[in-house]
Amino acid sequence: MTFSDHYFDIDRLDRLSRKETFVHRLDPRVKTIATMLFLITVISFPKYEVAALVPFFLFPVLMLTLGDIPAGFIAGKILLVSPFAILIGLFNPFLDTRIVAVVAGLPVSAGILSFLSILLKFVLTISAALLLIATTSFPGVCHALRQLGFPAIFVSQLLLLYRYLFVLLEEAMRIVRARDMRSSGARGAGVRVFVRLVGVLFLRAVDRAERIYHAMLSRGFQGDLPTLRPSRVTAVDLAFLAATIAFLAGFRFSQVAEGIGRSAQELLR
Amino acid sequence: MHMADALLSPAVGTTLWAGTAAVTSYASKKLKREIDDRTIPLMGVLGAFIFAAQMINFTIPGTGSSGHLGGGMILAIILGPHAAILVIASVLTVQALFFADGGLLALGCNIWNLGFYPCYLVYPLLYKPLVGNSQKPGRILVASLVSAVTALQLGAFSVVLETLLSGKSELPFGAFLLLMQPIHLAIGIIEGLVTAGIINYVRSARPELLETMAALRPLDASISLKKIMATFIVLAVITGGALSWFASTHPDGLEWSIEKVTGKGELPEQENGIAPVLKGIQEKTAFLPDYGFKPAGNDAKEGEAPPVWPGIEAGTSVAGLIGAVIVLGMIVLIGMGIRSFRRGCT
Amino acid sequence: MSHHIIEFRDVCFRYPDGTEALKGISFRITHGESVGVVGANGSGKSTLIRHMNGCLLPTSGTVNIGDFPLTVKTRRELRRKVGIVFQDPDDQLFMPTVFDDVAFGPLNLGMDEACVREKVRGALDVVHCLDLQDKPPHRLSLGQKSAVAIASVMAMDPDILAMDEPAANLDPRSRRSLIAFLKTFKHSKMIASHDLDLILDVCERCIVIGDGRVVADGPSAELLSNRTMLEENSLELPLSLQGR
Repeated sequence: MTFSDHYFDIDRLDRLSRKETFVHRLDPRVKTIATMLFLITVISFPKYEVAALVPFFLFPVLMLTLGDIPAGFIAGKILLVSPFAILIGLFNPFLDTRIVAVVAGLPVSAGILSFLSILLKFVLTISAALLLIATTSFPGVCHALRQLGFPAIFVSQLLLLYRYLFVLLEEAMRIVRARDMRSSGARGAGVRVFVRLVGVLFLRAVDRAERIYHAMLSRGFQGDLPTLRPSRVTAVDLAFLAATIAFLAGFRFSQVAEGIGRSAQELLR
Repeated sequence: MHMADALLSPAVGTTLWAGTAAVTSYASKKLKREIDDRTIPLMGVLGAFIFAAQMINFTIPGTGSSGHLGGGMILAIILGPHAAILVIASVLTVQALFFADGGLLALGCNIWNLGFYPCYLVYPLLYKPLVGNSQKPGRILVASLVSAVTALQLGAFSVVLETLLSGKSELPFGAFLLLMQPIHLAIGIIEGLVTAGIINYVRSARPELLETMAALRPLDASISLKKIMATFIVLAVITGGALSWFASTHPDGLEWSIEKVTGKGELPEQENGIAPVLKGIQEKTAFLPDYGFKPAGNDAKEGEAPPVWPGIEAGTSVAGLIGAVIVLGMIVLIGMGIRSFRRGCT
Repeated sequence: MSHHIIEFRDVCFRYPDGTEALKGISFRITHGESVGVVGANGSGKSTLIRHMNGCLLPTSGTVNIGDFPLTVKTRRELRRKVGIVFQDPDDQLFMPTVFDDVAFGPLNLGMDEACVREKVRGALDVVHCLDLQDKPPHRLSLGQKSAVAIASVMAMDPDILAMDEPAANLDPRSRRSLIAFLKTFKHSKMIASHDLDLILDVCERCIVIGDGRVVADGPSAELLSNRTMLEENSLELPLSLQGR
């Protein structure tokens, strides 16, 4: 029985999200909205679009560098992420073999174009999500969701989930370690043991929830998790949002990459 | 299997987001009115528990490959549908943000696929009737197995539908189904076994616990299912309708993209005075060699590519390619510039 | 005679699984007192602490806070008079940052923003943790967590502070600084622990519990040097009195 590396990533992202940079200081609501707009814009490109997607890398690159996030870490996560989209996209070149171009003597099929398009969209969307959380603390995102109209009860338990994620992961690691010390090799890695182990973890979790509830009651809990976080949207935030929208609209509706390419051709000529 | 942003079209993504928003806000309203306060910390901690349990891998019998708990069914059984769907939504949100599982647009699909089915279809319509009032481990095992398998099959089927409706993948319906459903049958069986195992373990270790938790929650709402479905359908029709109207004003697909990429009337100029360097590039990278603009006599590759796709103009497509490379280079330079500037500052 | 803050009168409690944890406990605590509750594992210390603000209600007998009995109806109101610091600070610190956590109580009491900030600042200052206020609880050391947990309760201005094993799992240095803090902390308090040295240092009065009953109640110095009585209750002399 092994313990997934994902745990350490949560911890790393959590640490990164508490840095103090220009990007980190932006209002979480503004960042969340900007990210969602970015995603919708990227996804809205048609199936075979490749070149026009490239300029959109500017957004994650700016977030990454201005937010002082290590590029290698994000790149590593993108590579390791469950490759469902790529797996499905990989079929395209084999199924859509209409040749639409010949590059360097090699025929390019429509399927390759649509696969490349999926690949670019995949990297863009994944990095945008990761960079949102790497530059915004998770509680910040939760408060943003609350202010954007998500139900209070959803946000409350989301905050609690995040808080106890770290506690329960520690607990799970302790249980797994204790198990591993007493089982050699494959023994102890099966479903049967797993069930017992998770059962124990479950009972402890329920007891903990009860204790937390008492602690909450002792401090006047009435069904809500109030916070003093008068996050006000500043002029800088609005400027950021406006710039993002302008950037997205500009790159969506004009062929930047192609224009530059054509100018380059002209120059060379 | 998590649905992914890159495979989605905006119409499908937003429609499923609307459906998910409707279901989760319905669940929140229901909970707010009828829930015991103590369920809120319980929900949060059980969400964290699902994570902790997912972090532990186990070996799937007979295969040697490793599996982990999904958790949708077990949450529905323990917390009831309303609370469970919120916890599942939270777990998926954290996964989308921290593990980049799927993505934020696909989150709507994923909450629907992995939350709605187990909570609002399978739990009230299958699990509850199958288990009845029985406490017998065998009965729980059968009910959990059937429920988990059904929930996962529905989820996998939805992934197939969502992908096909989005139109980014070329996989035909049948092949996609054959790819998805059997894998999820296997995953469902494992999930069912593990779910039953945990429920039975808890029942034997602390018999009173599940009853106490059942008492905390509002009455299970198989009746109000109609309401949810109705809301979802209305929302889906509205958003779907609006979006497809919007989309229909822009013809989609290959034609459109190529039309956009090319732009008309520039071809003659390019034909006139292309620099020798570029000419070389163009010969190697000529799109659709059979198309009429190619310089005469340069027909070495004419026979290689079948004339399937008229309407692409080579010069401009090459421009796109070159432009993409240049833009990428510029972005990398900007990034490196900012980085070294920041380093210099600190 | 000064008015009592809290009074247990023949309190019995049985858990749903049938375990009888308390079998007729009686005592009263007055203003400014510092009382230790000692006893072996499973003697009923934690159960007793949980009765102090209505987390648990007695199966029979009464708990009075001031002049009012603690019941289902009154507990919401009376709860704020007794601040409980639970054993595992992770259970106590449920909010995303230290500041949010300490502010939770005052916000629930309906204070305005300036007032809440004032309370948080004051409470964190008492435990010397002002510089931690923006940290998330999972980045704190156990000692810091314990200190913040105390602050989060103190921010509600309780009449009495009740603690369940405040020094459990603390390393010697954190434990030392906790003891130093509790000694200077002039507030009515009740501390359940089997760290007898801590009780001896901090509390002038001590209640010994065995098998759900009060075995002895008196000055700490006297009770905690009674080797026979302590050993009968699975305890031993505080290290500082063992004369090694």
